Amino acid sequence: MPIANIQVSETPLVLFTLRRADDALILGHRLSEWCGHAPTLEEDMALANMGLDLLGQARELYSYAAKVEGKANDEDKFAYLRDVRQYRNLLLVEQPNGDFARTMVRQFFYAAFADLYWRAMMQSKDATLAAIAAKSEKESAYHLRHASEWVIRLGDGTEESHRRAQTAIDDLWSFTGEMFAIDDSDRGLIDAGIAVDPAPLQPQWLKTITAVANEATLALPASNWMQQGGRSGRHSEHLGHLLSELQSLQRTFPGATW
Amino acid sequence: MYTQALNTSDADDRNVEDAARAAAFQARIGADERIEPNDWMPAAYRKTLTRQISQHAHSEIVGMLPEGNWITRAPTLRRKAALLAKVQDECGHGLYLYAAAETLGSSREELVDAMLAGKAKYSSIFNYPTLTWADIGTIGWLVDGAAIMNQIPLCRCSYGPYARAMIRVCKEESFHQRQGFEIMLTLCRGTDEQKAMAQDALNRWWWPVLMMFGPPDKASQHSDTSTKWKIKRFSNDELRQKFIDATVPQAQFLGLTIPDPEMKQDEAGHWVPGPIDWEEFKQVLAGNGPCNRDRLAARRKAHDEGAWVREAAAAYAEKRKRRQFAQAAE
Repeated sequence: MPIANIQVSETPLVLFTLRRADDALILGHRLSEWCGHAPTLEEDMALANMGLDLLGQARELYSYAAKVEGKANDEDKFAYLRDVRQYRNLLLVEQPNGDFARTMVRQFFYAAFADLYWRAMMQSKDATLAAIAAKSEKESAYHLRHASEWVIRLGDGTEESHRRAQTAIDDLWSFTGEMFAIDDSDRGLIDAGIAVDPAPLQPQWLKTITAVANEATLALPASNWMQQGGRSGRHSEHLGHLLSELQSLQRTFPGATW
Repeated sequence: MYTQALNTSDADDRNVEDAARAAAFQARIGADERIEPNDWMPAAYRKTLTRQISQHAHSEIVGMLPEGNWITRAPTLRRKAALLAKVQDECGHGLYLYAAAETLGSSREELVDAMLAGKAKYSSIFNYPTLTWADIGTIGWLVDGAAIMNQIPLCRCSYGPYARAMIRVCKEESFHQRQGFEIMLTLCRGTDEQKAMAQDALNRWWWPVLMMFGPPDKASQHSDTSTKWKIKRFSNDELRQKFIDATVPQAQFLGLTIPDPEMKQDEAGHWVPGPIDWEEFKQVLAGNGPCNRDRLAARRKAHDEGAWVREAAAAYAEKRKRRQFAQAAE
């Protein structure tokens, strides 16, 4: 008898926290898929390191969401017992690893955002979120530096690496807009000083992205069309496969303690 | 994770370049001095160590695969983080072991190429599959436990860089071992299905783990030189026995049965195992284990698919150097 999905009372603060937690978990999971398979041993360690940072962020955020929600949910129930339509992460972070260029460009786009976002969130009136932000900002700053250096190396490396990096930018670009979007649920939290409005961060994000892309001799797409849906559970086809793997033991052995 | 006693030292092609130097070298070994990279050493000592340290490094890297197989399926976020960190540790061990091997004059690339070409060995244990989550607990408990037995004496090995690398590796391994045991304990205190999963994993891993210590002393021809050089301080059988004696009470504590109906305790209190199937060991070393082909294929794939990345990094570094040079010339 499989355990049913949990029910979540998505009050604005719970939903806000779960969205960030899901971003961190899904991206961390993607990075962990590289473990043992990276292009160099040094990079294998670096990818695992970033994956662990993100996993750590996810765990703190889930625990906080559980506390705010005040029901029987906990970090593992949020991670293992929600289905694809209940997940609230950005479409960007669930995109498959692809080649190393795609993984790095995905990391670059996200870290450039997360770095700004968590820094701004350090001013949150919610003390727990402000503390999580302070830790996450430090980690994101390193992730951004690491990913930027790779984007530059790949863009300005060989013809092949340039082509792969450019393809990754072109393919992932339309998933970047969602990072700066908000909905009604966010608005009240922003007004109360608990959440940060990401929209004003976009020019700074674009400046960072542009500077790195220029140095990497890569071009940013002209298209402004942006995909959305992750925040409300309308995902790409990729997430379901990721979750079926992630959740397999919890779904196969319902209620067991591990 | 682990170095295996493969008993392949180079006693035969040892050429004593200079009798006086060789005697002085042996006297240093006798006095328990550490040999350092720039010191004179017999060519056969260098060759034996290069082989042993690089095999150990390969084992760490190939050993990432069976456990890596469960990172994306770890049953809780805490287990997932711990497993990812553990496998990352193995990668780190591989890195500093390759660095230790490089102090003997071979490059990491050469050593890795030999492994990818199937010419260099790695520990036989990693040619077995991880089928359930209990295998992750069992690997930590038994495989890392066996590795520690083997590696603790290596902390006093005569070659300085290897001995120092081992000190750090052993600290991390003992943490992994406790982590593995704790996974087993949780399973054994869990549902009937979980306990059966733990017993099944022990049944599959027990004999291959005993083989990790290498062939029995009576069949082993090459240990003498390694012992004389203080690379090896205990025989395969001594270490195996020590491991069995330490492990049997742990299995009893878990409520698991060692899959050896012939095992009995002798008067001295040692647990004496039934006969080990050395034919299986031979076959796995010869490339016929259940996962030999998969493991090598995975390492080759990572290496081949990473080639363009490494080329790009090298090309970029070269461009940068030229630009800086041009700037400095202006």
